Amino acid sequence: MKSYYFSEEHEMFRQSIKDFLKKELLPNIDQWEEERQIPREFWRKFGEMGYFGLEFPEEYGGSDLDFFYSVVMIEEISKCFSGGFAILPMVQSYMSSPYIVQHGSDALKAKYMPKIISGEAICCIGISEPGAGSDAMNIQTQAVRDGDHYVVNGAKTFITNAVYGDIVVAVVKTNPEAGANGVSLLVIDLNSEGVSRRKLKKLGWHASDTAELNFDDVRVPAENLIGEEGFGFYYLMGGLQLERLVAGISGVAACDAAIEYSLQYMSERKAFGRPISKFQVLRHRVAQMSAEIEATRYFVYHCCKMHDAGEYIVKECSMAKLLATEMTNDVATKCLQFFGGYGFMEDYKMARMFRDSRIGTIGGGTSEIMREIIAKMVIDEQEYTKA
Amino acid sequence: MYFKEEHHLFRQSLRAFLDKEVMPHIDQWEKQGYVDRSIWKKLGDMGFLGIDYAEEYGGSASDFMYTAILFEEVSRCNSGGFAGVVVSDVGLSMPYIRNFGNDELKKEYLTKSVAGDIYGCLAITEPNAGSNVAGIRTKAVRDGDHYIVNGSKTYITGGVHSDYIVAAVRTGDEGSSGISLLVIDRELEGVSAKTLDKMGFHASDTAEIFFDNVKVPASKLIGDENMGFYYIMQNFALERLAMALCWQASCEDAIAYTLQFMNDREAFGRPINKFQVLRHRIAQLASEVERIKIFNYNVARAYGDGEMVTKECAMAKLMATELGDRVMTECLQCFGGAGYMEEYKIARMFRDSRVGRIAGGSSEIMCELIAKMTVDAVGY
Repeated sequence: MKSYYFSEEHEMFRQSIKDFLKKELLPNIDQWEEERQIPREFWRKFGEMGYFGLEFPEEYGGSDLDFFYSVVMIEEISKCFSGGFAILPMVQSYMSSPYIVQHGSDALKAKYMPKIISGEAICCIGISEPGAGSDAMNIQTQAVRDGDHYVVNGAKTFITNAVYGDIVVAVVKTNPEAGANGVSLLVIDLNSEGVSRRKLKKLGWHASDTAELNFDDVRVPAENLIGEEGFGFYYLMGGLQLERLVAGISGVAACDAAIEYSLQYMSERKAFGRPISKFQVLRHRVAQMSAEIEATRYFVYHCCKMHDAGEYIVKECSMAKLLATEMTNDVATKCLQFFGGYGFMEDYKMARMFRDSRIGTIGGGTSEIMREIIAKMVIDEQEYTKA
Repeated sequence: MYFKEEHHLFRQSLRAFLDKEVMPHIDQWEKQGYVDRSIWKKLGDMGFLGIDYAEEYGGSASDFMYTAILFEEVSRCNSGGFAGVVVSDVGLSMPYIRNFGNDELKKEYLTKSVAGDIYGCLAITEPNAGSNVAGIRTKAVRDGDHYIVNGSKTYITGGVHSDYIVAAVRTGDEGSSGISLLVIDRELEGVSAKTLDKMGFHASDTAEIFFDNVKVPASKLIGDENMGFYYIMQNFALERLAMALCWQASCEDAIAYTLQFMNDREAFGRPINKFQVLRHRIAQLASEVERIKIFNYNVARAYGDGEMVTKECAMAKLMATELGDRVMTECLQCFGGAGYMEEYKIARMFRDSRVGRIAGGSSEIMCELIAKMTVDAVGY
């Protein structure tokens, strides 16, 4: 179907990032998965190519492009069969630093954005805590003002990019009595005194460094506050829509890659004297999945178009994330099955995709949280407005 | 993104018309087993039958999104049977005459169809050939200026009361290359029809049609002889897209109706829409309906722009009708015992939905088609 979403320029950009990934990433990714770390040098190259700053203002080194360039980038990095790789740029440019760009002071932007866009600094977002995940209002990490500084104490967990990264946009309580109005966002340098990091072992996303962070009397300059004190929760609610939309884009692209990879295998693998792609039951399974992927793709593009036009689409982003990540789990399970015993072996990329996809319905708000939000909007007719 | 202000106004006026002219009668039509003939003239007078047809036939030659709106709105009348006969006329029968018929045929049938003076049905399926169109046996033998038609058709929506039948007949060899399309007038001698007793779609006079030495003027041939199979394959895209739009709209309708009930109905001291498990079920279904709706609109836009969207139409039809069954099943469940009673519309919606996965090419046929295009990379 003709594209109503991408221009020729977008497609040229797609080709360039594909070429880049083919040259710089694909030959190394297996090793990096094994080592559970991607070298900083790679991310510097990624930054040099401009991939961290597609949407960001030119004054900080960004390219100020429309959102569909980001869609292309997210799609292409999500087709590399390494969720652990793909998540770093997604967190860097769409889930953490946008808070600085949208709500931060000029000084804060000037301080951090050039480094983030160039890939010199890796950024993460610190929301979840050992005792609070989706209920962000109940976080315990505290930031107490002390002269020109905040003194931060508490812990964050499941923080992507935080073991080897440089800065975290941390959700902290600046007024524990004020509920949602007591939440603020602080940019914390991860090399500060009092920050300790523990690398977490995970089911998948092996190329990604995921950390538990501890803050023990960490002194953070007051100028590192994003926007206004007490507005963190509202900034977060706004930013989470983009995070969920990105999860949707990524999920659909991962499904595309899985289907393509499976079809290749199915055309080569023979059983009972013919390629397994000739067995009706498998064909129908592919057909069913393809239909679902196609429908989800257009739904996600539709949401991207609305997002790009500046609309605040809480319901749609929640739906996109819910549908795409649930589908990715399903597609990964079914595609692995096509490979039979090989699907269980690390020689084939399906095993990795299977385990990497599993986080989709958990991270960035679980499927259950998505349904809570959707239910509020659809059943109770609740509406949300942008902070 | 898909509709302009004019489209919204059109939807409003159509909705107002349906509320006034269709909704008060729908229960009666369901009961009697067919839609009152008078509705066609009313639809025609309002211009709803000629949206997609040239002005010379009385139509308004509007873009395809208006037709998409028509398909959606007729599906919001709690009667799959009513929607079925309208779609069967506007989306299934008339397009063959418009797209492949000669000027004479167009002038005769389209002008009257657009006005609502007559309406048509499409007859392809036979007792022994459904999805395998190439296997049809109804024969049309050329005899001078006429064809002599013998055979039978079945499961024909609107097949008892419609005025003309766009029929697939065998004029040539076995297989797909020997099929033609004929417009057969109801009044011709030898045409008879029997209403079929069905599980749902009660307002549709779905029929088995018999042709017994029917003498059809050769001028009623649509397009070229033996090209029928290709014409049918081309229009299937529209038929499937129409069904996708219909089922998506009735899913939306069912959810809205169910939410109303859940808000009013109390159990254990609170409205049942406060129970989390039901809320999440609705959230999931609403998301899936939203997805298929946006997909349908994307496909409709591409179809309207003249793109070949065979695969996408098959996908849309597969997804929407499968979802329809799930939505109706789950929504009916939210009504509890009331869902099983005819007082509530959900019982009818449930049984009407079931034919979606069968008609217009079963889900299995959709999967065959999609598999050919995705697995074997065949293009159409």
